[in-house]
Amino acid sequence: MSEVIERQIDRSHMQVSDEVAIQISQMNKWYGSFHVLRDINMTVHKGERIVICGPSGSGKSTLIRCINRLEEHQSGQIVVDGIELTSDLKNIDKVRSEVGMVFQHFNLFPHLTILENCTLAPIWVRKTPRKEAEEVAMHYLKKVKIPEQAYKYPGQLSGGQQQRVAIARSLCMKPRIMLFDEPTSALDPEMIKEVLDTMIELAEEGMTMLCVTHEMGFAQAVANRVIFMDQGQIVEQNEPGEFFRNPKSERTKLFLSQILGH
Amino acid sequence: MSDTHAQTVPFVRETMLPPAQPPTNEAGAVSWLRQNLFSGPLNIALTILGLLTIYYLLQEIVPWLMRSVWEADNIAQCRQIVAERWGAGATGACWAVIRERWPQFLYGFYPQHLYWRPTLALALLFVALAPVLFSALPRRLMWFSLAYPFVAFWLLWGGSVFLPIMVAAGFVIGWAAYALLHRFGTIAAVAGAVLIPILWWLFLAGDLSRDLAGLLGRSAPLWLEPVRSDKFGGFVLAITIGVSGIALSLPLGIMLALGRRSDMFLIKALSVSFIEFIRGVPLITLLFTASLLLNYFLPPGTTFDIILRVIIMVTLFAAAYIAEVIRGGLAALPRGQYEAADALGLDYWRAQRLIILPQALKISIPGIVSTFIGLFKDTTLVVFVGLLDPLKGITDAVRASTDWKGIYWEPYIFVGLIFFAFNFAMSRYSMYLERRLKTDHR
Repeated sequence: MSEVIERQIDRSHMQVSDEVAIQISQMNKWYGSFHVLRDINMTVHKGERIVICGPSGSGKSTLIRCINRLEEHQSGQIVVDGIELTSDLKNIDKVRSEVGMVFQHFNLFPHLTILENCTLAPIWVRKTPRKEAEEVAMHYLKKVKIPEQAYKYPGQLSGGQQQRVAIARSLCMKPRIMLFDEPTSALDPEMIKEVLDTMIELAEEGMTMLCVTHEMGFAQAVANRVIFMDQGQIVEQNEPGEFFRNPKSERTKLFLSQILGH
Repeated sequence: MSDTHAQTVPFVRETMLPPAQPPTNEAGAVSWLRQNLFSGPLNIALTILGLLTIYYLLQEIVPWLMRSVWEADNIAQCRQIVAERWGAGATGACWAVIRERWPQFLYGFYPQHLYWRPTLALALLFVALAPVLFSALPRRLMWFSLAYPFVAFWLLWGGSVFLPIMVAAGFVIGWAAYALLHRFGTIAAVAGAVLIPILWWLFLAGDLSRDLAGLLGRSAPLWLEPVRSDKFGGFVLAITIGVSGIALSLPLGIMLALGRRSDMFLIKALSVSFIEFIRGVPLITLLFTASLLLNYFLPPGTTFDIILRVIIMVTLFAAAYIAEVIRGGLAALPRGQYEAADALGLDYWRAQRLIILPQALKISIPGIVSTFIGLFKDTTLVVFVGLLDPLKGITDAVRASTDWKGIYWEPYIFVGLIFFAFNFAMSRYSMYLERRLKTDHR
């Protein structure tokens, strides 16, 4: 499990501040008559690195998709960076440009080059001049270690490279919060490591991160809090050491025994 | 036994194998023939049958083409020349009809001394299309493409130059209204950009252009001899309707496709009913509506140009089909593309313009071009509302003259070849475009 994390983690910039980044209170969501998220209460502070895990269908992806309103919640309150998510489109676009999102299937734009993928939102949403946007994009592409691919198309890159581009694309918007929706589960084992390394570097710089992932090695090494969800509810949350060594609920124990058992 | 044994022993590869050449005995013309034409009894029989069919067709067509007559004044003379040269009973193609009447096929009854105007309009059409079709050309040429519809209108119909200028001014006014009203919100800006130009066109543009024309007189650079719509015919008519229909139906089709996928009930309902209604009735019904029924609804005394009416109907008809083709392209895009665009904070129109439509349109290219080709060929249906299309209108006119009564194949072949040239060009261009936009490297 933790064999993919070989390096020493530099914790000097990983500081959790008192400032609240995301506040979710009494939030409920239904798909038709199916109650996917039930009474979610959660506070994320600036600088936190939270891993959300749970069996499939437990609502963990839906939860982080609610945070940038890819999904609409029906009751309760979500406040991101001081902006409440309501049906007001202006607020939604504001939140979305402050919150980066990385998807399971990368969702790069196949008709644009890597560089164009990274500069599109800065140019059109942030109104950054093209030249400056390209410089920023190259900076982040260097950071994810693929500057030489800048003029290729996504279809020419491996899965791991595509996911790193997707991370760079989000970072180009200089987000305050990053959401990861199972970023490594569509990747070959050989490529998981390169993506996790990129995510660890991001954490080392103090980025506020919410990751839905089954990479428990990553959770132990980087997270300051692990949240376990089942049937649309938060079942247990704790700091990772305690969470893995000493799970409290039966459901958590069962889940951990299944994913860590082999 | 020995190789089974070899498989069961632990094995480690020391060196990796380089890729090798494929066997070469499969190549060559003979093996191609054997594989493709004579691979079995059924294929041998089909090949022979095919060859016989081709031979039978060619032995009818080739002699007929070989015995072409290019110089004759009428069909009787044509037949006489064929009989003299190749003996009584021989048949031959009489291309003299094309030689004598080609201007009519191309220009209809457009005044002969003004032929330069449609010709110039066609030449400029290619200039205007070039920057639209080929992205390597400088973008500044687009300004000419934008001005081209007004230039072409003036060249084709003539009259005062101020009419197209005043109509074009409406678009500039709309753009200015949008820019000025933008700070009062998007809805106000859009409403202003739509309503103010319409008011301009309805109440001011006509009078203003008439006054300006009256003021400056009917002198050469500002005034061209007007040509009425009923003089249009042949390929001038087909290309005028076809090109306008193609240029207008694509944006309308895109809007309808987006409307049909909209979350807003009213917009969706309007788009769906429009598309289903237009696709549900034959084009000829729409053309009859344009030519006959509209007159009942319009205030008496209004003259609403018949070609304009036909262009509107052809555009609406093609737009409904294009909307469905593009909807297919939109549906083929994975949901992740919409989500990624949303997650980056792009608003609806930017997401559509930068992310969704470029990909959806690329997928839809074959369908869109098929619709365009269909539209261009359907322009021949305007014969049913009394316009002289090249295929039936003009050909009938030619065949009704005493000189060429009884001529049959030659005009149709001629018209067919010109249509084919245009449509084949469109088809090749679409294949070029697909290749150029291919970025998925599968």
